[in-house]
Amino acid sequence: MKTIFEKSIPGRRSTRPVASDVPTKAKLAPNLLRKQPAALPELSELDVVRHFTGLSRLNFGVDTGFYPLGSCTMKYNPKLAEVVGRNPGFAMLHPLLPQLPGGEIMVQGALAVLYEMDRLLSEISGMAGFTMQPLAGAHGELTGVLIIAAYHKDRGNHKKTILIPDSAHGTNPASAAIAGFTVKTIPSSEDGLLDVEALEAALDDDVAGLMLTCPNTLGLTHPRIKEITDLVHAVDGLVYCDGANTNAMLGRCRPGDVGFDVVHINLHKTFATPHGGGGPGAGPVGVVEKLMPYLPVSVVRERQDGTYYLEYDHPKSIGYMSPFYGNFAVILKAYTYLLMVGSEGLPRISGNAVLNANYVLARLREHYEYPVKSKQPCKHECVLSAVRQAKSGVRALDIAKTLMDYGFHSPTIYFPLTVKECIMIEPTETESKEMLDAFCDAMIDIARIADENPESLHDTPRSTPVSRLDEVKAAKELDVASY
Amino acid sequence: MPFIANTDAQRKEMLEVIGVQHIDELFADIPAHLQCGEINIPKGLSEQEVRNRLDILSKRNNVDYFNFLGGGFYDHYIPAAVSAITGRSEFYTAYTPYQPEISQGTLQAIYEYQSAMCRLTGMEVANASLYDGGTAICEAIIMAANITDRKRIVIDDSVNPIYRKMVRSYTSNLGLELIEIPSKDGMPDRGLIEAALNDQTAALVVQTPNFFGCIDDVTDLGERIHSHGGLLVVSTYPLALGLLRPPGECGADIVVAEGQSLGLTLSFGGPYLGILTTRKKFARKIPGRIAGRTVDAKGREGFVLTLQAREQHIRREKATSNICTNQALCALTSLVYLSLMGKEGLAEVAQTCADKAAYARERLLQVPGVSLRFPPDRPFFNEFVLQLPMAADKVIRRLFLRSVAAGFPLGRYWPEMDNCLLIAVTEKRTKEEIDFLAHALGAVL
Amino acid sequence: MTPDDLLYTKQHEWIRVEGQTATEGITDFAQAALGDITFVELPALNKKLKQGDEAAQIESCKAAASVYAAVSGTVVAVNSALEEDPAAVNSDPYGEGWLFKIEADTPEETGSLLNAEQYNKHTEEA
Repeated sequence: MKTIFEKSIPGRRSTRPVASDVPTKAKLAPNLLRKQPAALPELSELDVVRHFTGLSRLNFGVDTGFYPLGSCTMKYNPKLAEVVGRNPGFAMLHPLLPQLPGGEIMVQGALAVLYEMDRLLSEISGMAGFTMQPLAGAHGELTGVLIIAAYHKDRGNHKKTILIPDSAHGTNPASAAIAGFTVKTIPSSEDGLLDVEALEAALDDDVAGLMLTCPNTLGLTHPRIKEITDLVHAVDGLVYCDGANTNAMLGRCRPGDVGFDVVHINLHKTFATPHGGGGPGAGPVGVVEKLMPYLPVSVVRERQDGTYYLEYDHPKSIGYMSPFYGNFAVILKAYTYLLMVGSEGLPRISGNAVLNANYVLARLREHYEYPVKSKQPCKHECVLSAVRQAKSGVRALDIAKTLMDYGFHSPTIYFPLTVKECIMIEPTETESKEMLDAFCDAMIDIARIADENPESLHDTPRSTPVSRLDEVKAAKELDVASY
Repeated sequence: MPFIANTDAQRKEMLEVIGVQHIDELFADIPAHLQCGEINIPKGLSEQEVRNRLDILSKRNNVDYFNFLGGGFYDHYIPAAVSAITGRSEFYTAYTPYQPEISQGTLQAIYEYQSAMCRLTGMEVANASLYDGGTAICEAIIMAANITDRKRIVIDDSVNPIYRKMVRSYTSNLGLELIEIPSKDGMPDRGLIEAALNDQTAALVVQTPNFFGCIDDVTDLGERIHSHGGLLVVSTYPLALGLLRPPGECGADIVVAEGQSLGLTLSFGGPYLGILTTRKKFARKIPGRIAGRTVDAKGREGFVLTLQAREQHIRREKATSNICTNQALCALTSLVYLSLMGKEGLAEVAQTCADKAAYARERLLQVPGVSLRFPPDRPFFNEFVLQLPMAADKVIRRLFLRSVAAGFPLGRYWPEMDNCLLIAVTEKRTKEEIDFLAHALGAVL
Repeated sequence: MTPDDLLYTKQHEWIRVEGQTATEGITDFAQAALGDITFVELPALNKKLKQGDEAAQIESCKAAASVYAAVSGTVVAVNSALEEDPAAVNSDPYGEGWLFKIEADTPEETGSLLNAEQYNKHTEEA
């Protein structure tokens, strides 16, 4: 499809902006002004609407079909949340209002949402309090690691190392590096879990903390989790829970109860806010009591009379991670979802998410290699491997691409790095058995074709507007903008 | 109401296939004493009850006033077609475009967004978005430090004070030397800046229009930092660039901006949009995702995420940034906004903002006791600073009672400016509203 | 496949020693593991490197790798043709795909490197 710039017709106009109704004309010196208008598209409103409607039809969303992208929790995004997000009482609210004298009373509804989300997330995760500032999961990780750094600095500890398992998401080491730490990688043992003996060997006085994804990226919980957190605490280290996979734990097990000190939760995964084609998300961070002084400012507090206010006086705080109160509209949507779900809904979410993942695993494990040695059930996602198919030249990539011709989004295949030819499937609780069966049938059919006619899987997908794109050309002959 | 599809009968069939009796058995690997009981939060509600409750909460917010509050976040008009397009669920319920064959909509939109941002800022490459204007400054600083292999960062203090606080938090453990230079009469102090720059300086960070609304030709500042081998980072107000000379023509090496003014609602602080553009030679040092144009095996044009070797999922602790999820839908929103305004429209909106602000300044200066804080010949876009005969806090409080949000009290961040009020005027403010503000201000002073 | 006249590191670099000068590149094993190489960042001329220092960066679509100096010394030449098109690193890793030359200042360091036979054994174990 032509780009919107290529469609531009000189002189054509769309939305007419309001004309000035004041008698004054601003006069600015020529060196401050543009010599010619920015080369933006010149189109009618219908042209613009058709262009983007056309683009939207080249996309695949949760509303389009099954989206089993592992570690991304692509569950249904309830429509009420979108309606609430557009409510002018929230959408028109200026973030600087509460900083103005007399402004606080004008934002009580919004502060109530922030305050109650703090309480809800604290109860769900077993932490003392949350900050809503982090704008995405990785931003939450950075916030959490900066809190760990502030804690140690305050205690006079000179600790420089953060331990991270080899199966961790790439954002973990990247976040630790920005917070000024050196990253030391801990291997997984045969069963796909953090190797406790390797952890013990790595623990010394230089260790500021351990970042652990729970359940891990293979969809496994660590049966020795309490022992792990105790070991880290014994050297005055802190344990960070990457809560990207919280969906599996809702109402079953709380990070705070097993010894985690800091946790971030991806609202755009667990709490059903839409991913927006790659954002916005939200990554609130919760901490245990002893870390409360280090949370970012501002902090929402409740008065005796039931009104809310923002507190800025936190001398030990790490400061500002975002200008205001996080991606507020995302938090609002997650709040809407949580009110509908309620306490009794939480274990049903995790239960059905885990049921769906184990069902897919049970149906597919004869047809694909299951690389996990551990006998325990998987959690919200299952990781298979195409090593068997790879012997006849069919890679995980080929399987992922072929699934598109069956009408499904592909699972995650580039991650975790510890599994060769991995296929990471996360069905989520909102998918039905019929959908899972259709997906499993497709996977089984592809395994059969991989045996009988492996060559035919190398040029898939065939039903999409473009097939496999030349990524080498894209990187070498860089075309990232038109002028 | 957790939106679960399966019936009890289906669950039973599935459990049989798995070979267990009950869902709880699937959690048996979590030691019993670590499993929690029912979470202490309210029971679930129906959609109607939740909707009512949120309607009530929304009414505990007051958005019903004449809004002259800006400070980097503005009440601009958003055309109806913006939300009609961004509300299409093919866009908003998709994930990051990891599978390009079924994500061409998002990928092409990112490419077009990158193109629009380059055209607007006068630069050569853009990323797919960052979280907001503040984190964009933080990322630009880290990027400049990496490119120059230097640690010293000089920041003018007319850069948004909240963003300066964010920079301090974000980079606190990176061993950077942050030098803040007090501005002079609403503009960067050339003398102090010159004295602060040296051959160890990675970047000079300035903002135009700055927090006081003043516009600066930063060309000479670019020349000064370049003579020391450092980079010029310019934070800007993208809607203003409909009218103003783009930073790319003034020597900027990295341009950053808060994109909220381009079609995004205020929404109490987010989600917003972090814009970052730079020179092509720095493309491999950019944080975050980038989309690029290429072809498939049949020669059909398409778009992919490219230069991924910079990113955290490949380079882990050596990545240019830790960012993964960004603000894709907000980037789309700004692209749709710019497409609807078009070449002429954006210039017109920016001119209208400037005209109305010029009128407001004239009109408010007629109020007895009101004067300008900075010299009258300081060029400004749509925001300016008034000196009042009493504390701005008092005036703001009194004007709230007359349904006016009069602006931002500068004393909050500059203690010596207690009597200073920062007033923003967008195209949404009418002459009548401006006249009303002048009248009300006269009445409360 | 693995030339006998070169020395190797465990991180998959090779060097060819001619007098004081060591020409360095990455091995065939390394280029195959990285896939199509899209970008090479070479060290600055006259840069002083210690054995094991990060000297160059190599990127493909799905991976990034650092190249470490196999011996200590001063960078005296770089293969700047690769900055335009790095394809030679894939097609001719031991020839046209060389990366840089170091004027070695500690010749005895070569004692710690592997010969072809040892390197082959190392890759088989990996």
